[in-house]
Formats: sequence, structure tokens, C-alpha cells
Amino acid sequence: MIAAPRPITIAILAMGGEGGGVLADWLADLAEHAGWHAQATSVPGVAQRTGATIYYLELFPRDHPAAGGREPVLALMPTAGEVDLAVASELMEAARAVQRGLVTPDRTVLVASTHRVYAMTEKMAMGDGRVDAQRLLQACRAAARAGVLADFAALCAPSQAPIGAALFGAIAASGRLPFALADFRAAIERGGVGVAASLAAFQAGHEGAVRALAAEASDATATAPHVATALHVATAPHAGNAAHAAAAAAEPARPGDEPALPRVGPALAALAERIRGAVPAGVQATAIHGIRRLAEYQDVAYAAEYLGLLERILARRPAPALLEELARHLALWMSYEDVIRVADLKTRPDRLDRVAAASNLAPDQVLVLDEFLHPRLDEIADLLPEALGRRVLAGGLLAALLGRFLGRGRVVRTSSPGGYLSLFLLARLRRWRRGSLRHRRERALIDAWLAAIDDLLDTDPALALELIRNQRLVKGYADTHARGLGNYQRLFGLLPALRARAGAAAVMAALREAALADEQGGKLGAAIVGFGLASTDS
Amino acid sequence: MAERSFRAEVGKLRLGEGEEFLGEGILAVTKALLQAGVAYVAGYQGAPISHLMDVLTDADDILRELGVHFEHSASEATAAATLAASVHYPLRGAVTFKSTVGTNVAADALANLASGGVTGGAMLIVGEDYGEGSSIMQERSHAFAMKSQVWLLDPRPNLPSIVAMVEKGFELSEATRTPVMLELRIRACHVRGRFTARDNRRAAFTLKDAIEHPRRDVDRIVLPPASFLHEQEKITQRWPAAQRFIREHGLNERFAAQAQPFGIILQGGMYNAVVRALQLLGLADAWGETRVPLYVLNVTYPLVDDELLDFCAGKHAVLLVEEGQPAFIEQNIETILRKADSATRVHGKDMLPMAGELTGAVMLKAVVRFLRRCAPQLLEGVTLPAAAHTALPAVVAAPAADRSPRLPGADTAEREQLLREADPHIHARPPSFCTGCPERPIFTALKLVERELGHHHVSADIGCHLFSILPPFDIGATTMGYGLGWAGAAALNTDQTRRRTISFMGDGGFWHNGLTSGVGNAVFNRTDNLLVVVDNSYSAATGGQDLPSSRALNPIRSTRHSIEAAVRGVGVSWVRSVSRTYDVAGLRDTFREALTTPEPGPKVIVASSECMLNRQRRERPAMRARIAAGERTVRERFGVDAETCTGDHSCIRLSGCPSLSVRDNPDPLRRDPVATVLESCVGCGLCGEVSHAAVLCPSFHRAGIISHPGRLERWRARLGRWLAGWLSRGEQARLRAIHG
Repeated sequence: MIAAPRPITIAILAMGGEGGGVLADWLADLAEHAGWHAQATSVPGVAQRTGATIYYLELFPRDHPAAGGREPVLALMPTAGEVDLAVASELMEAARAVQRGLVTPDRTVLVASTHRVYAMTEKMAMGDGRVDAQRLLQACRAAARAGVLADFAALCAPSQAPIGAALFGAIAASGRLPFALADFRAAIERGGVGVAASLAAFQAGHEGAVRALAAEASDATATAPHVATALHVATAPHAGNAAHAAAAAAEPARPGDEPALPRVGPALAALAERIRGAVPAGVQATAIHGIRRLAEYQDVAYAAEYLGLLERILARRPAPALLEELARHLALWMSYEDVIRVADLKTRPDRLDRVAAASNLAPDQVLVLDEFLHPRLDEIADLLPEALGRRVLAGGLLAALLGRFLGRGRVVRTSSPGGYLSLFLLARLRRWRRGSLRHRRERALIDAWLAAIDDLLDTDPALALELIRNQRLVKGYADTHARGLGNYQRLFGLLPALRARAGAAAVMAALREAALADEQGGKLGAAIVGFGLASTDS
Repeated sequence: MAERSFRAEVGKLRLGEGEEFLGEGILAVTKALLQAGVAYVAGYQGAPISHLMDVLTDADDILRELGVHFEHSASEATAAATLAASVHYPLRGAVTFKSTVGTNVAADALANLASGGVTGGAMLIVGEDYGEGSSIMQERSHAFAMKSQVWLLDPRPNLPSIVAMVEKGFELSEATRTPVMLELRIRACHVRGRFTARDNRRAAFTLKDAIEHPRRDVDRIVLPPASFLHEQEKITQRWPAAQRFIREHGLNERFAAQAQPFGIILQGGMYNAVVRALQLLGLADAWGETRVPLYVLNVTYPLVDDELLDFCAGKHAVLLVEEGQPAFIEQNIETILRKADSATRVHGKDMLPMAGELTGAVMLKAVVRFLRRCAPQLLEGVTLPAAAHTALPAVVAAPAADRSPRLPGADTAEREQLLREADPHIHARPPSFCTGCPERPIFTALKLVERELGHHHVSADIGCHLFSILPPFDIGATTMGYGLGWAGAAALNTDQTRRRTISFMGDGGFWHNGLTSGVGNAVFNRTDNLLVVVDNSYSAATGGQDLPSSRALNPIRSTRHSIEAAVRGVGVSWVRSVSRTYDVAGLRDTFREALTTPEPGPKVIVASSECMLNRQRRERPAMRARIAAGERTVRERFGVDAETCTGDHSCIRLSGCPSLSVRDNPDPLRRDPVATVLESCVGCGLCGEVSHAAVLCPSFHRAGIISHPGRLERWRARLGRWLAGWLSRGEQARLRAIHG
């Protein structure tokens, strides 16, 4: 057995355009200048076009006492289980390194950014197709000898450098490579491209890594090793009810209040009081969000109408979980998206400032803002009083006349006086919304939905809950909305057949998932046939 | 202009005798060609030798100084035929392309070249795109070497070995009147290393000499009876000469040949992987000093019979490490040993997988299996590396002693559980269209027109546009080769239906052969179907090299030749050119027209917009310069209003742009994530065009950020803001009363 000195092995998993190649170059240059052999290689090609790529390096001391002038034989690709340092530019890529055996608890230090760059399959889902980031993170932590895990994308964002520079800083902080911090910086300077930005990102990455390592070391909750450290929770982008948690966190908790409730102004004080008095504690926050939404959408009376509808179901004493879902979905349905709503949101007083902030607008720059709108005959008819709207939709001269002005995309510049004014005036149609064709139609659907829920509360509350959740299917605009509403009504039509069966709720939930799984509706059709419900669906 | 510039690095090509070269494998090969005194080089780009072409392009002035003629060949067939210059003249020449796809295209010229044989050294440098990250079918170049009798060089993957093999390869070619093929795997092309340089050599006999003193020898031309003589000559003269040369010049290498009564025979390119396996087992040191005999085939075709028999003498078994299938070398070795009545047993594909890349773990397992069979005592007391005994090393390796007890997965069972649970959450991440890619809207438009007209048979081609076969587009049924998009739909042409088929072809494939194999064929056979030529002004998938139809002026090539004119020239009369592919509605209408027009005959749409990678590389620095110079500059980027986005993601299914993503819904009442436009947006405009053309939703906005705006512009912006504030006074009060 030859007791051989080993090279230091480094695998970098990155996606095209993230600076993985530059990072590999810096590492090789760093090692060369420190008197090491550095062999770096990669598999570029089409994988560089936004796909995942591996860069691989081996480092070996040039002045090893046993070298005798010979060159070491270094490998060109990693062997599973034999990687000393794994670097990943994103959380799923880090988990992929784990999956490929490039991260093992006997030797691998894993330096990885915990932010997510979603895969196409996650982004294109009709609902929420994102995978559970916590599982990826746990696998990374379980597989590594030590982890330097933080959101390096966020850390390097202010510098505008590619994430590779921040990861280089984290590698320096990991202590896995036998080089001084100054040598790392010198490698960036020798690289000569975007040096200042890269050094700033390097510094941010280094500091973030030091904090992550300190958090890991001082994590006193050793009794619960499954719980990610505070850092990880803070940086994980997809934590269960992230939006919920964020919304709650936005409201300052006043001493004395148990769960902090959303704030309301004087116009809603009375309704909020009614909620605090009658609605179960766990549902109050959602209900208050509901009245805020509807008052802003229409007026205070509309919010009161919402609360009245909610109270009718409340009187039946349903489970708080069901009531919470109803409070949420009812508010969403009652604030359906019509032209008035869109115009209203696009002319909110603070909107230009929000877009300016998101675009990093400098004080001496000017922002112009264009909206892509596509009003169709249907949407305009929807705005009209019911009788008139129906006449337009029926076709004829009126439709032909209107059609000449509609049916094609328009770009409206809301940053200009004229563009703003036109949308502002459109939003003022709010006053007449209740008499519109659309409102009557939505209201009829809501009433039928509520009646069915009411009907099911005693006999099959689980099915009632799924029926509430079906509101999720109705979203979007134009064709998207028509498709969603079609799916909703298809499932609604199956209620009579479903309520006779045991486990109807599970079937309904499965059908909803099928509807969300396929834009063309093929999966839903197959599921309906699969559950033996086809005959009722004609 | 190519994607990667070697301008700064080509200076290394001027290094002289004794100086140290430090750099990438591909650059080292170029240096070796100059040291070998080549008179001409040519090639066709494609991973992994795209960079070789890019290096040569950037080194054009150095090549000129040395009198070396360099061509961007129209195809690999052109490249291989270029070597004809070495048939009668003592000119050294080299051509390069991707294998095996390029070798397939080159096969005709290659066969003719090899039949007649060469006078000057002729070398084909083929880049192997096999294994991880490969974009092509998995086949072997070895078959071409055997079929046309071209010697196949497969040097150890370090720079000194590769450089030496280039120089020796020319000598071998000349000594045997046979072209040689230098096989470089993708990692060897990109490996960074060093070697000691020699002076560049100017060819003694020049192209000018050849042109001014033409020679011919009818015995070198492939026509009976010479062709029958060629076959005899291959066997009776060239083959033995090659074996003699290889043996005498020690091209194959033996290490510790007598150390054990068994050994390993390997392709040169596999050397580092085999040594790594031995290192992990404690049977070789860091510098490759091995305790197991190795016979390294730096020439894998032909084998040298007596050298092989010599290595096997006294050995009861050998392991043959050969990548890919069919197992040509294994069959060859078996034949030689059996005919010589050797008792040496050959292990190969019984211990290594027949198909697939020989990764570190695969190699380790095979070597362990071989040693267990022939020399179990060598493994006694050796702690086997994790990869040697399991499919999932991550699960079984014992944690290091200093591992924090706070990390999850302290015991193996728990670790296994956590890794298993993560598995389904790790999605594939295939390559796709870049941010702002002008090819994406073409498929968006096709998806929209298919909503109206139903699905069509779509024949795809090779190029970035082939990403259409993946989500979110899922368009394309077959791909038959570069430029063969329209040929791939040739049979689906009948007057029994009015439905038309759609074929795609890139500008690269079009000039490569598609103009004749696709367009000419369709005209001649009176097709009624549609071809879409995706013209992004470059050979984009291979790294953005220029083409005849590139819009940019190229100092060393002739560009700006019209695709539409070429198509009309071979007889297509229904041609529509779309000069801005982001115009989704316009493209959709053009598609509709092409698919429904009663006009019979072939239909061609040329959809042109510049590759965004190339455009950004040029425009981003220019924009920075304009801003720095105080000029009015507009940067556009798209955004999504989270309040109006309902989280259906139709926009993503119609676009698939990397910059169009999702994020947590900021609305406390909603759960599904909203669409969002990332900072990387280049403002190509597709998001707006799609929301119009598909009547999607009003959530997209386009923000124009104007640096150094004009006075009127400032004034208008201020007026707009003032008006908005003044008009919405009442609304602000109302919202305050609601929200508190």
C-alpha cells in the first residue's frame, strides 16, 4: 500500500452565466501563484446555455518532498466520495451535487448559496410547482462534513458582480484551502476584469460565510438538530406560508395583542370590532385582510356585505380551518379582476415610486412606464349595465362598432399625463360596478357556491372545504380566466354525483390538482373518467 | 465574432524554444500545429473544438506571418476534402471538427483521402463529445478510423503528451502515406496545463510552390484500377509501416510492465482515470508510479501485435479499459492473442459497462473487480473508497471525526432518509433559450397558431432552436442531423391531406447543407410544406461564429449573403422574411398564412433577429460608454405588477425566459406564487408582445430608465407625477381611512 499524498479536489456546480468558469480560473491562478500544480477542466458546450455545468479542479503542492521533479497525475473528473470542496451556485444545484455523491460527510466542505433559481418545471406550473427548499437544504447539511450555506446571491447583489465572486469569498472563509485571504484577493486583481465589483462581492461573500459558520458553531439548540439555523430560515425562499409570515411580520406587534392583527383605519373600525368580537381568533387576521381588500376594491359597504356573508356561515359553527379558508377565498372571489380593478391598481399613487425603486432609478434618471393592455369586447361589455352588456355580447351593430376600437393590444404610458388620466378615469367607473353585467354574473356564481357550501356543512364538511378551495381554479384574465372558470364549473357540476360517495373530499381535491396539472384539460378529463364520474359530466 | 475571445491568449503561440507554455489544451494543440510546420488549417466549429477554431480565428495574423492558410470550412465534408492538398504535395495540413457528427459528414471525403493516401502529413483533430454534457448521439470515432484505415491517436490527456502526439502524428502520416486522426475528449480540450515550447516552423514547401508547380499522379486518384491497388497497398505496405513506426518511436507506453503477472491495457485518454483508481487503492502514488503494469495505447488503431504479445507474455490476465461500444479494441486484442495461442485472459466489458462514460466511480469499481479476480492479496488491508462498493457513496461514508454533531444525519439511516426525501425535489435543469433569445418568440408564435389550427408534425434540426423540444414549448418530433430539418419531413408529403408539416432549420444548418438537402430537395420533389429558417446571424450554438449570412462585417471573411435570395435562387417562390422575431403577432399571422394559403409549393419563412448573447456582448459596453459620456440612453426592462398577477403562469408557459420567474405572493390572501421579472432582463420586449398576442393579462409593464434625459422629458415626467398626485388626492385619503 502506497501512502500517497492526495490532491485537493474541488467540484464547482454552476449554471451558464454565473461566473463558474471565472471562479475556476481564479482558483487555478491562486494555487499556481502559491506554488501548487492546478489542473482545471470543464464540460462546456450547450450546457452553458442556462443549463447546469460542472467545473473540476485538482491542486497538488509542486514542492512536495517526494516529487523529485515529477509531475503529478491528476484526474479530469470527480470521483463520487472523493471531493474535498464542493461549490454550488444555487440550492438545487447543491442538492444535485449531493445526489451525485460529490458531497460526503467524511470529507466534503460544501460551500453553497441557498437561494433558488427555479427550474422550468417549477415555474410553469399552473399553481405552485416549487419544490420544498427545506428538503434540499436538509439533504445538503446531512451529506456534508461541514456546510457554508447562505444566500450568496443576495450578499453579492449590491456589488452587481456574478455570484462566483461571492462564492470565492466564502471558499476563502471555509478554511478548506491552504491559502491566505490576501492571496484570494490577489487572484481577483490579476484576473483584471471587473476587479472592484468582484472584490466587493468577495468581501460580502466572505463576511456572510463567516456569519454562517459562526451561527452554525454557536447554535445552542443542539437538541433539535433537524431545525435549520436562524440564518437558513431567513434565507430560504420557500418556507411554507412565507407570504403569510411576511404579512404578519409587517404589522408591528403591540404588547397585549396576542397574534398581531392587520391594522385598519377609521372607516373599518366598526367592522374590525365586529370581527374581533365574533370570529374565532385564528380566523380574525384573514377576515380583517378580507374587509381591507373589499373596502379598497369597492367601498366599506361592500366589505360589510362580505362580513355578512361570512357571518352567515359562521353561525353554522364550522371548524375554524374551514372558516379561514372561506374568509380567504370569499374575499378573493368578491374582488374579482375586472378592467376597473386593473385601472385602479395601475394608477395607485405610490406605484411609480415602487417601480422606480425596483428599477434602481437614480435621482438624475427619468422613468417612463408603459402598460400592456388588451381590452376585448367581452371585458367592455362586462363593464356595462347588465341589459346593455348582454345586448353587446349578443352581437350586431353595437358589437361591430365597439369591436373596431377593441380587440388589439394597446400600450398605455401611465407615466405620462394623458395615459395616467385615461386609466384614472376608467378606475372611477367603480361607482357603477355593482350594476355591471360582470358583477351580476360573479355574484350569481358566488351565491351558488355559498349555498352549496352551506348545504354541505352538516353532511360532509370535508367536501365543503374542498369546494371552498376550488375557488383557486378561477384566476387570470381573458382566456385564462375562461379556462379556469370552466374547470371550476365542471367540478361544481360533479357535486351531486360526488356527495353520494365516501371520500368525496379526497376525490374533489384530486380533481382540482388534475385541473391545475394540465392547461389543455386532458388530465382533468382523464381523472373524471378515472373516478367513474364521466356520465354526469356532459 | 465568436462568443469567447482568445485575443489575449494567442500571444502564447509565439513562444520560442525552451519557454514554458501555460494554458488550455486547445491552445496547446494550435501551438503544436505551428511547431509542426503546417501549411494550412481548416475546420468546422462544434464542442469541444469550437475554441480551436476561435483560437485560429484570433491568431489569423500569426498564421499569416508563418504563411499558414486558414479556412472556416462550409462543413466537415469541406474540411476533410481540404486535406486533398496533401495528396500530391509535401504539405502538412490539419483540419478539425466535432466527432462523431462531424466525422459522419466528413466520411465521404475521408474515405477518398484514405484510399489514395497522402504525401504530406494530414491530420484530423476530432473533438469527442461523449459522456457528461454531450449534445449528440453516443457513438465512436474508432469506427471511422477502422473503416477508412486512418490511424487513430489517443494521447494521454496532459499537455506534453498531446503536443508530442501532434508532432509525431505528422511524421507517422508521412511515413505511412496515411491520414491520422487525433482524438481529443472534451475535458482534455479544456484542461489547463503546461509544456515546454519549441520554435514555430515555417513550411519548407509552400502553398505557392504547389500552385505554381502543379503535380498529378493517377495512381493516387480513386478510380479503378487504382482503387484496387489502394486496398492492397493499405494492407501490404501502409499497415506494417505504421506498426513499425509506432514501435520504433515508442508511441505506446509501458509502465511497470514486469511488476505483476497481470496488467491493465488502456486507451491513452483513459490514463488519468485509471491512475486515479489505482491511487485510491494505494497501488500508485501521486506521480503515477504504479505497482500494476500498464500498457498505454496512445495509438488505438492499429494495434501493434508483437508489442501487445510482449506485454501479455507471462501475464495470466489483462483488463482492457476501453470507452464506448462496440468493443472494437477488445475484439482486436482477443483476435491477436488467440491467434498467437496466448494463455492471457482478457477482461474488458465483462468488468466495465458496455455503454456509458467511464466516470471515476465506474473505473474504480472495475479495477477493484479485476483485482479481486486476479490478485485479491493486493487489496488485503486496503480500506476501499466509498465509490468502490456502492451506488450511493454519499449514504455510506462515515462522517469525519470533527463533523459538527449539530448537523443532521449523524447516523447513516437518518442520512439516507434525508437524501431519499430530497430526491424527488431535484429537478433536471436542461439547457434552454437564453434570456432575451430571439428564437423563443418563434416557438411562442407557433404555440399560439397551433391553438387555432391544431397540432402539426414538426421536424427539428440541430442548433439552439432544438431547445424547443423541451418544456415549456414541447415542439418538435425528430432531429435527423445538422441542416437536415426539412429533409427529415420529406416523406410526410402527400396530397391526401391539406394539413402541412413544419420543419425548422438554423442559419448554421442552412449554409452547412440545408440549402441543398432541404430546400433544393423540397423544390424538386414539389413539396407543399413549410420550412422556418431560424436566422440569428451566427452559428450560435457552437459559440457565435460568423456565417455567410452574418450581418456583421468580418475582416477576414465575406458576410451579408442573403438567405432569402439563396432560397429564391433554388426555386422557392413563397418566401416571407420576418426581420424582428419578437413581433409575436406578426409571426403568428405569417405562420397562419403559410399553413393555410391555397398556394401550392414549398413555403419558407426566414425569421431573423440577432442572437441576444452576441448582441448584449456588443451593446452592454456600448451603453455603459454612452452613459459615461453623458449621452441620453434608455435601458428597458420588464416588470410584473404583483397585485394584478393571479399566479397562473401562462406567460411562463408561452415564453420560458430565464429572466421570467416566480416569487412568493406578497398578497396575504393568495398562495400561488406570482410571476416576476429578474434583474437579468434585457428588455427584449417578448413579455409585452406575448401578453398582447395571447391576450394574457395586464400585469406586465415596461420600465424605460432614461439616463441623461432631455429637458422636455424631465418636464413631462414631472408633470405626470404632479397630475397623478393631484388627481389621486381623494383616493389617497380613502385608502388611508381603510388601511390606517
